[in-house]
Amino acid sequence: MSATTILELPPCRGDSYLTDGSTLTSWLLTHDHKRIAILYCLTITGFFLIGGAAAALIRLNLLTPQGLLLDAETYNRTFTLHGVVMVWLFLVPSIPTTFGNFLLPLMLGAKDLAFPRINLLSWYLFTASGLIVLAGLITGSVDTGWTFYEPLSSGYSSGALVVVLFGIFVNGFSSILTGLNFVVSIHRLRAPGLTWYRLPIFCWSTYATSVILMLATPILAVTLLLVAAEHLWGVGVFDPTHGGDPLLFQHMFWFYSHPAVYIMILPGMGVVSEIIPTFARKKIFGYHFIAWSSVAIAVVGFVVWGHHMFVSGESIYAALVFSFLSFVVAVPSAIKVFNWLATLHKGSISFEAPMLYALGFILLFTIGGLTGLFLATLAFDEHATATYFVVAHFHYIMVGGMVSAYFAALHFWWPKVTGRLYPESWARFAAILIFFGFNLTFFPQFILGYLGMPRRYATYPPEFQVWNVFSSAGASILAAAYILPLLYLGWSLVRGERAPSNPWGATGLEWQTPSPPPTDNFARTPRVTRPPYDYPEPTV
Amino acid sequence: MNGGVPFLPPSASNFAGEFNILFAGLLAITSAVLGLVVLLMFRFCAHYRRNNKTADRGHQTRKSWRWEVGWTTGSFVVFLGLYAWGADIYLREHHPPAKAEDIYVVGKRWMWKVEHQGGQREINTLHVALNQPVRLVMTSQDVIHGFFVPAFRLKQDVVPGRYVTLWFDPDQLGTYQLFCSQFCGTAHAEMGGNVTVMAPGDFAKWLAANASDATLSGDGAALFHRIGCDGCHGAGSTVPAPSLAGIYGQPVALRDGGSALADDDFIRGAILEPAQHAAAGFAPVMPSFAGQLDEEQVVSLVAYIKSLGSVPR
Amino acid sequence: MSEHVLEKQFVDLAHQSETAELGIWGFIATEVLFLGGLFAAYGFFRYLHPVGVAAAASHTDLAIGTVNTIVLLTSSFFMSWSSLAARDGESRPAGVLMLITAALGIVFLGLKAIEYAEDIHEHLWPGPGFSLSTPDPKSGEVFYFLYWLLTGIHALHLLVGIGAILVIANRARRGVFTRAYHSPVRVVSLYWHFVDVVWIFLFVLIYLPGRAP
Repeated sequence: MSATTILELPPCRGDSYLTDGSTLTSWLLTHDHKRIAILYCLTITGFFLIGGAAAALIRLNLLTPQGLLLDAETYNRTFTLHGVVMVWLFLVPSIPTTFGNFLLPLMLGAKDLAFPRINLLSWYLFTASGLIVLAGLITGSVDTGWTFYEPLSSGYSSGALVVVLFGIFVNGFSSILTGLNFVVSIHRLRAPGLTWYRLPIFCWSTYATSVILMLATPILAVTLLLVAAEHLWGVGVFDPTHGGDPLLFQHMFWFYSHPAVYIMILPGMGVVSEIIPTFARKKIFGYHFIAWSSVAIAVVGFVVWGHHMFVSGESIYAALVFSFLSFVVAVPSAIKVFNWLATLHKGSISFEAPMLYALGFILLFTIGGLTGLFLATLAFDEHATATYFVVAHFHYIMVGGMVSAYFAALHFWWPKVTGRLYPESWARFAAILIFFGFNLTFFPQFILGYLGMPRRYATYPPEFQVWNVFSSAGASILAAAYILPLLYLGWSLVRGERAPSNPWGATGLEWQTPSPPPTDNFARTPRVTRPPYDYPEPTV
Repeated sequence: MNGGVPFLPPSASNFAGEFNILFAGLLAITSAVLGLVVLLMFRFCAHYRRNNKTADRGHQTRKSWRWEVGWTTGSFVVFLGLYAWGADIYLREHHPPAKAEDIYVVGKRWMWKVEHQGGQREINTLHVALNQPVRLVMTSQDVIHGFFVPAFRLKQDVVPGRYVTLWFDPDQLGTYQLFCSQFCGTAHAEMGGNVTVMAPGDFAKWLAANASDATLSGDGAALFHRIGCDGCHGAGSTVPAPSLAGIYGQPVALRDGGSALADDDFIRGAILEPAQHAAAGFAPVMPSFAGQLDEEQVVSLVAYIKSLGSVPR
Repeated sequence: MSEHVLEKQFVDLAHQSETAELGIWGFIATEVLFLGGLFAAYGFFRYLHPVGVAAAASHTDLAIGTVNTIVLLTSSFFMSWSSLAARDGESRPAGVLMLITAALGIVFLGLKAIEYAEDIHEHLWPGPGFSLSTPDPKSGEVFYFLYWLLTGIHALHLLVGIGAILVIANRARRGVFTRAYHSPVRVVSLYWHFVDVVWIFLFVLIYLPGRAP
């Protein structure tokens, strides 16, 4: 099933990127994209746990209508921390900085990314930004929500806001540099014979994600800079008491933050596009359509930001245009779902953990995407926006979708990255538990939102309690289910069976090197002569 | 709260019924799609699982583009239909009828202040008459708030620095939940209240019982005099200033070219930022009253100016 | 003696050079978006308050602004010359030309500092001490806020550019660059030209409004 011809597979000398230098400095000053990926994985896991702890506090508090644990201000600070940490310190970097960094050069047949030192700088900027953001959130009283709406943020917030904004500003540079590195690498470092249409879909989605990282993040930087300046010097850019316009803030903020949500899903879609063909042992259906749908999502994603503002006071003409475009942007996502299903058709399917996560992704992402159609519908949005309906919608996509994809990737490439196999039964159990815990947590929130419970409420009317209790119960299952992989994956590092170079029998250049790969990835540059997903046609 | 169908909030506005049908339609379509996805996934996973050797895997589809164009077009057509449906209701939600009564709302941390034209004032409650369309003219004293009545299926962000409007025709008696829907700080979750729809007779009694010394425009007239607006805009003034009689609802030619409609928001702006609203043919010498008036006082001035004659919206 | 290193992910020096250039173009694209956001905020604000902005802008120092524009354009001329020289393998002359470029950049910053001092003296720093005698001083204050922000960010970029030029000039004067290897000069040159182009836009938007008779 080899998709490439490489001149020789280096013998396993036990000298992998993991053992090539064992001092702390050799890790902290590494240029190796694979080590940088590991560094990222450690830091984003830490941030995920912090953001998850905040989520736990939120769901605990919402068990009772009066708020079980926290006073209103603390609750507001908690959901602010949850949003800021999960968006910028977990979801935006997640798959790109871990699996993108690790796999992209391997998938391209290259020895590293185009700019390895800038890659390391990105990690330092990211980690520093995380520490700055957390310092601000934990020591100061920042309770504006992750959206920092004006004039609440500049006029009514504590000075710690500026610290948090600065942290996110620095975080933005990390994103921009990573995006730049990936785009240039995909353009210039493809191995001989590796044309664009022979690239794995993961590379196409990484490319689309990277373009958004590069072009949208600067707008966020500018916007937050203006908010900070307004807070510090009281000049009216957004604050109407000083002659500014609060809606200008929303336009600028969402101009970044809507494309940002595509940063937070496209890589997951890329992962699913790798896993489905592998475990159906069949080439992906509609390769060109899936590839270009990623590009379409990235492009159209830049012109739908106003759908966050349907009731904000934007003009009805703007609302009509943004609603229409929001329906348009749903089409490429639908294309992907249909193509994934078509890949399953007449395949030869097995259900290892990566496949379970990928199938879960398809179901949960579909629900999330379909509820997006509800919200794109203008008259429906007038009722449902700013309620738990929206909260459920985006959690279905970001958690049900992206986090499932992250776990899918973690399991799929674990043997390649670590050289160990994880325990399959535990992994399948965790995948199923996550699926059920997730649905129990977030499906009741659609009902809550439709019934009218607004979001960001520390307390609520008693008639909403029953659904809140279901949701919190689900959250406790989800929390346990997320801890499980931490445990058995950790165990596998020490006691797991050693992995062969291609435990899944998958196509793709990354499977043509040992597990784990040597520092330079390939002894000789591979030469690609076959199309991607070159599985032999399944027969009876 | 009022009863009703479980899983449905009460339906108390002219839009709620249409909304419920739209919701049912969206639910039906998306459930069908989801059902299809689930069905296909389970069917394919079961039938084409690896150890099912009897499944027919031959004749793999070669030309995929027929399917691609098919499901792309299909999706797009369905989406267009949903778009048009939602947009149609939305457009009507933003075109109040001429007979809608204006009621003013000022949101501030953390309460809603409601002012009826007859001078009745309420805090965190809004009383309206059955089947009498109402247009809320709203602004915020501080940060962005959100006026949300689930029973009406309507919400509107209330923005500082300008007026926004929201109209509805209440068609069911009862008391309905009002929420603040745009995060506004510590007590955001407490900034709620009620909207009460009363029979016209009861509403008239309520108005009478809650009347204050002056109507809203009466208060505005007094303020107009007290802070000296009539020094320039009154009859017999020696300072050239635009006449305000009948100005509401008319287009105004602006000093720097162009024109604007003298609606509630324009009049508010002219009081607080006169330099930006200077009328053509007059020197821009009107002083700004920003910082000297709170939003409720501005509301009374706007009501007064409206009472000087207007054209239908 | 060559100091350049062919990194392992590249086939040859030409491959590495082309990739570096694509990199700087990509970086410039992100900068265009960053500054574009600021220009959009400026444009939006000017559209709403044209009179106030024009009046405030006429208080900027057109003389210094014009001289600075000439200084920067001249510096770009020398930077281009240096880039051509490096391309032809003339490393040391390229280094000298880059030093001239950097010197002109420093002249720019010096004049800017004088201008800033003037602005502060005239109470044009936004905040409680701000004062401007125009009909719409509120808009004027926002204009000046954007003025300080835009020119300050530009000056920061210029400073970084000067630093980068000095580093590359130092290598050039040691004879490092050849016909085969001179991409650092190209990269720094593209960045410098970009900063220059941004200034031209700034000049038009900041110094010229309100000057027409």
